[in-house]
Amino acid sequence: MADEPKTAEPGRARLSPRKRQRISRGVQYAVLTIAFVALVVYADWGSLAQNFAQPDVAGQMLPELFTIALKNTVIYSVGGFAFAFVFGLIVALMRLSTVGPYRWLATLYIEIFRGLPALLVFLMIVFLPLALPGFEVPGGTYGQAILGLGLVGTAYQAEIFRAGLQAVPKGQTEAARSLGMSAARAQITVVIPQAIRIVIPPTTNQFVALLKDSSLVLFLGVSGEFVELTKFGNDMASTHANATPILVAGLTYLIVTIPLGYLAGRLEKRKGTAR
Amino acid sequence: MTEAIEIEDLHKHFGQNEVLRGIDLTVGTGQVVCVIGPSGSGKSTLLRCVNLLEQPTKGTVRVRGVEVTDPDVDIDEVRRTIGMVFQQFNLFPHMTALQNVMIAQQRVLKRGRKEAEVVARENLEKVGVGAKCDAFPAQLSGGQQQRVAIARALAMNPDLMLFDEPTSALDPELVGDVLAVMRKLAEEGMTMLVVTHEMGFARQVADRVVFMDGGVVVEDGPPAQVIGDPQHERTRAFLHRVLHPEG
Ligand SMILES: Nc1ncnc2c1ncn2[C@@H]1O[C@H](COP(=O)(O)OP(=O)(O)OP(=O)(O)O)[C@@H](O)[C@H]1O
Ligand SMILES: [Mg+2]
Repeated sequence: MADEPKTAEPGRARLSPRKRQRISRGVQYAVLTIAFVALVVYADWGSLAQNFAQPDVAGQMLPELFTIALKNTVIYSVGGFAFAFVFGLIVALMRLSTVGPYRWLATLYIEIFRGLPALLVFLMIVFLPLALPGFEVPGGTYGQAILGLGLVGTAYQAEIFRAGLQAVPKGQTEAARSLGMSAARAQITVVIPQAIRIVIPPTTNQFVALLKDSSLVLFLGVSGEFVELTKFGNDMASTHANATPILVAGLTYLIVTIPLGYLAGRLEKRKGTAR
Repeated sequence: MTEAIEIEDLHKHFGQNEVLRGIDLTVGTGQVVCVIGPSGSGKSTLLRCVNLLEQPTKGTVRVRGVEVTDPDVDIDEVRRTIGMVFQQFNLFPHMTALQNVMIAQQRVLKRGRKEAEVVARENLEKVGVGAKCDAFPAQLSGGQQQRVAIARALAMNPDLMLFDEPTSALDPELVGDVLAVMRKLAEEGMTMLVVTHEMGFARQVADRVVFMDGGVVVEDGPPAQVIGDPQHERTRAFLHRVLHPEG
């Protein structure tokens, strides 16, 4: 019936596209409703609540959930982000340099650290003292975590900055140079400030990614006052033999990441209209 | 007396593309020289070789006796004496009009904030946009932007000014304001090398008009001669196209 030829005999009402769309939409709603009802009826709500939503277990996570776990997540992420921001800009400038070796080094760095799993970078940091006896990352656990997140973040941030720097029209540099500014001075006063404005939205997204990657600090073998959200949730879940802490840790991430995501979206939109 | 600009046997290649093929041109101090010619004839490239935004392939360029093509010359120092105005204005969009005019004074000439601001306001006033000091470029019309760009160059107290089709990106009704500013500059004795399609301006203001085609100077002389009574067929054809665009 669906393949009814276009030359259908007149008088026989064919479904208009609008009608067909309405029917298809109705079917989709029906399927969703059935799935939802099935979930409600068949799911073992008692057991789910028992495992994932125990108020007293959640209560025992306070105040350390915020005073230690979230605090550390923020410290690792902000530290790693600051590292990635500064070195990302430097690597991006090297990548766009007219000096060949700078370009090659920057490209090599970016390719390596974008190609490796972040976890592997963390494991390398753990094993660094084996390779370099006597060497220790300054700053202890904080230093190691920030280094790991920063090394990986730098590669991504460098690519973001490169795109931003290239988006600044060449005429801007030419105007600055024609006023007698040196190449470095033109970059600093004219090009980089404009590039930073351009990269704010993707950089916000990059920060969210880095915040999530901070869970990898787990593999540095941290404990006590150094745990971050994921490790903290995992430890508490083991202690209580209950999954509620995992859910709570997850919600805590979302409290931070969802507003940031919105912010990035807003900034992106504003950029679209402001220029 | 040394000339403001002396160009000898200037060549510029972009890869295989020979854009300038031996240009000789002199601009005396206080002179206004207009360069005209068809699109792609190398006018912008010629102008950009004067302050070394393009590196010449061969030949010499001297600005007030200083050979800018000499690798030992500090080009940044020479550039601050040469104002340049671009077709696309190239104002710094993240700064107000006032900041646009102040920034190079502060960073290059090391003038203090106060002094830079006084000079900036004077020059914005002079080009007729004194009321727009706090506006960002995006909030200004093309004609206002171009005048801010001129003020930005003037604030450096340049010895000479280069203009690359300063009115070509403007709506017709805004062209007059910018040309009026340029006319005033010329009357004050500023040395100017101007690439333009504004034949009226060239005729009235220029001391000399240079017609370029295919990377060479075809004709060079007073406007009455080059525009009024061109000697070369190519000049005549070009002028005919420009002055009678409807054909
Ligand atoms: N950076 C560059 N790289 C390669 N080719 C270039 C470059 N700049 C200019 N050219 C070429 O040089 C030739 C002359 O360009 P130029 O901009 O000097 O011409 P013009 O006379 O100013 O033209 P218009 O009136 O269109 O501005 C053109 O063929 C152009 O494609
Ligand atoms: Mg041009």
